[in-house]
Amino acid sequence: MHVETVPELKVKIGLEVHCQLTNLKSKLFCSCSADYRDSEPNTHICPVCMGMPGTLPVLNRKAVEDAIMIALALNMQVSSRTLFYRKNYFYPDMPKNFQISQYDRAGGVPIAKDGYVTIDGGRKVRISRLQLEEDPGKLVYEGTIETSKATLVDYNRAGVALAEIVTEPDITSPREARIFLQKLRSILEHLGVSSGELEGSMRCDANISIEGGTRVEVKNISSFKEVERALNFEMTRQRSLIRKGLRIGRETRHWDELRRVTVTLRVKEEEEDYRYFPEPDLVPILISREDVERLRASMPELPDSRKRRLMEQYGISMQNAEVLTDNKALAEFFEACAANYSRPDLLSNWIVGDLLSYLYDMGLELRETKLTPQHMVGMLRLIDDGTISGKIGKEVLKEIMVTGEAPENVVKARGLIRISDREYLERLTDRVFEENPKAVKDALKDEKAVRFLVGQLMKLTEGKADPQLANILVRNRLKASAGK
Amino acid sequence: MPRILELPASEIVRKVKVQEISVEEYISECFERIRTADPKIHAFLTLTEDYALMRAREIDSRIRRGEKVGSLAGVAVAVKDNICTMGVRTTCASKMLESFIPIYDATVIERLKAQDAVIVGKTNMDEFAMGSSTEQSAFGPTLNPYDLERVPGGSSGGSAASVASFEATVSLGSDTGGSVRCPASFCGVVGLKPTYGLVSRYGLIAFANSLEQISPIGRTVADVATVMDCISGHDSRDSTSVNTGPTSLRSHLIEDVSGIRLGVPKELFGEGTEEAVSKGVWNAINRLIGLGATCEEVSLHSLKYALASYYIIAMSEASSNLARYDGLRYGFRLEDDDCDWSEAYSRNRREGFGPEVKRRIMLGTYALSAGYYNQYYLRAQRVRTLIRQELSRVFKNFDLLASPTMPILPYRLGEKLRDPLEMYMCDVDTVTANLAGIPAVSIPCSSHQGLPIGVQFMAPPFREDLLIRVSYTLEKNLELDLKPAV
Repeated sequence: MHVETVPELKVKIGLEVHCQLTNLKSKLFCSCSADYRDSEPNTHICPVCMGMPGTLPVLNRKAVEDAIMIALALNMQVSSRTLFYRKNYFYPDMPKNFQISQYDRAGGVPIAKDGYVTIDGGRKVRISRLQLEEDPGKLVYEGTIETSKATLVDYNRAGVALAEIVTEPDITSPREARIFLQKLRSILEHLGVSSGELEGSMRCDANISIEGGTRVEVKNISSFKEVERALNFEMTRQRSLIRKGLRIGRETRHWDELRRVTVTLRVKEEEEDYRYFPEPDLVPILISREDVERLRASMPELPDSRKRRLMEQYGISMQNAEVLTDNKALAEFFEACAANYSRPDLLSNWIVGDLLSYLYDMGLELRETKLTPQHMVGMLRLIDDGTISGKIGKEVLKEIMVTGEAPENVVKARGLIRISDREYLERLTDRVFEENPKAVKDALKDEKAVRFLVGQLMKLTEGKADPQLANILVRNRLKASAGK
Repeated sequence: MPRILELPASEIVRKVKVQEISVEEYISECFERIRTADPKIHAFLTLTEDYALMRAREIDSRIRRGEKVGSLAGVAVAVKDNICTMGVRTTCASKMLESFIPIYDATVIERLKAQDAVIVGKTNMDEFAMGSSTEQSAFGPTLNPYDLERVPGGSSGGSAASVASFEATVSLGSDTGGSVRCPASFCGVVGLKPTYGLVSRYGLIAFANSLEQISPIGRTVADVATVMDCISGHDSRDSTSVNTGPTSLRSHLIEDVSGIRLGVPKELFGEGTEEAVSKGVWNAINRLIGLGATCEEVSLHSLKYALASYYIIAMSEASSNLARYDGLRYGFRLEDDDCDWSEAYSRNRREGFGPEVKRRIMLGTYALSAGYYNQYYLRAQRVRTLIRQELSRVFKNFDLLASPTMPILPYRLGEKLRDPLEMYMCDVDTVTANLAGIPAVSIPCSSHQGLPIGVQFMAPPFREDLLIRVSYTLEKNLELDLKPAV
């Protein structure tokens, strides 16, 4: 059979990320508390964010400062004058039936434009635009959209400040999209303007096209993991259409998280006309050079410089430094541990390797575990002083993440202390030799059988025997038997 | 009619403070008058008698105790029904807001209350301030106190008619394209539209945000100045409010126009101007010249496009402002809810809005639509810039511009209802001040067959003081024979 190998067509992805400015105390245009999570529906509302007749918006200047800081962190050009626009469309989650946003079409001036984010040790993803807008409320259904008798609306979120960050289509794979988003989130967290850990605080729409094909927009993606999934699905769908010689229509699709497919939301021909015009109730935002420079001077350390510092200060590898700084909480955890631990390279391996994979398996954020730097360091010291083996250390780590117990206590309570009692182990070795006569015979000429015997000894002690000592004892016993 | 109802605000405050009369007596007389006159003219949509009497007694007792009271102590104020009053329904003369009761006061209402003014009720208007005759009210028209077969002008028809017929001493209206000056002219009272940003719009239910200002109406220039001094000045709740303190216009009640340079724009005496109006206005101008002012005719070419540009901008903004009235959170809502939200919105809006409001929403939506935006909205904004530039050039040579307020005399009810364009044309002399954001006043200057005629003066931004001085001088030097029919 003749198999034709076709090189995979290249994929181009652009992202539109909406980040809530969660450090703000109040909403973008009124004094309602923006900290609405876990509150009863419709309790964080006032006449202004409900768009009651006669009320007027007043801009939260702190939101503009946040936006400028983001712009500087993303290497963008900050505008000296920018306007809010009304984006008009009817939808029940918007109290005014228009959204106060900025003009995103040709001729519009966003708060900042033309920047970039560096990912994967050097590749640049260009950022085309950063703008401010208000978050709509939330539609709530009883059960699912299909079965719910009514649509309920919770306006607590309506009016919360959003920074919209739009990339150029520079992303080349779904995985890279996730890496970019992680980096972006880490930058925002380092700036202290947005906490990506809060549910729904970072939301994302994606544009994806296959080389030479039409651009398709995918909406309603709730998390970074979902972004990768949705884009993988969409990439496969588009490639298979192209292979079949079918045309890809310009459309907006919806990511169905449960069924893990994208479905058509609307085709582009019926795109809505938002009738943008300048918001007459607000005045232009003027941003002076002095404002920008003052904010630049007050910028905290960002992931890229932190990465370089971690490498220099602690002598850890670039890969580890990059992983650590992709997540502000992780970087902070590392530094808190390193302050009390003399082998930072080893520490970084533990965090980047074991800790991260346990977090991933458990589906938790670091802050959702009970792990403290003291306990992490305590566990490592138990290994260092030979109280437990590295393998036991992994078990201990998993347990203290969940229970918050001190590692010493876990080791004691579960009897995990390494057994270095020579006499005791010698008795057990005798037992191993008695129970495995064939292996003993083979062991005289086969190294594999030796390791098998050591393994049996470890198994009898549930892994707690000092592995070096076990090795020595088995070999001694073999020599002794051979000498008989 | 008791003489106290005819007194200017400052006299009422004086008499009340020295306990010559009580606020309660005076307010009771107001409501007596309303009971007599309002069945004829229908200036009010809602009366707040219980509240007003309670406030009156409270102010009286403070005066008896020798405590300090405000600069408008006891003065009866009528408020246009598009200005939010806490706990008192605010309808915009629309079925859509028939049962809407705000939980907040407009900033101007807070300021009036702080100076111990007494709000007697909410006045009729064209629905959402869209009209020039108060015939577009969902609750029936207001009639002109000088001739019950004629319109009072609009959209603040109720506010002007209530003051003209002595139901209230002063009132608040709103002026988007002449909505205070037009009824002031038709009802023979004084109306002042301030510089854009001088009076807070917080609590004014928006029709066209970039054009409108809450504006006082009174029977005398002094009363208008008094109210302005109370309601003006910066408000942090309105981003378009300018950063200045309140005006002190009362200190400009000066009878002196010597050296004042009047410009008379040809374009504002256009072909639609009735002869009686033109004559009356020139009579006033000549009077001022006699008192030492100078006068010269000017031509402002950009004004030809003012009306078209005004209507495009006003309707565009309105189409967006009025989108919030969908019946979901407040306002008119049909009982029959067994449909999806979009259908429910359509039904509520179809039933809740009157024909003129719907017409303007549709025209505004059209003007903002993709493909038409540049041709209409942007172009109108460019005209607006041109008008501003031309006016600022003209104001280098003139202190004030004088013109008729309305090109025509008050007309009969229904006369212009069939042709909306004819109605829009009546705003030709007033819209310029709104487009340019400059202050303008209308004061009675003459009459024809018992119907009042108003003259309009426009001034550069923040020169309300000039308007007050010239109006005051004119008021002192014209003997007008104006007597309302009610």
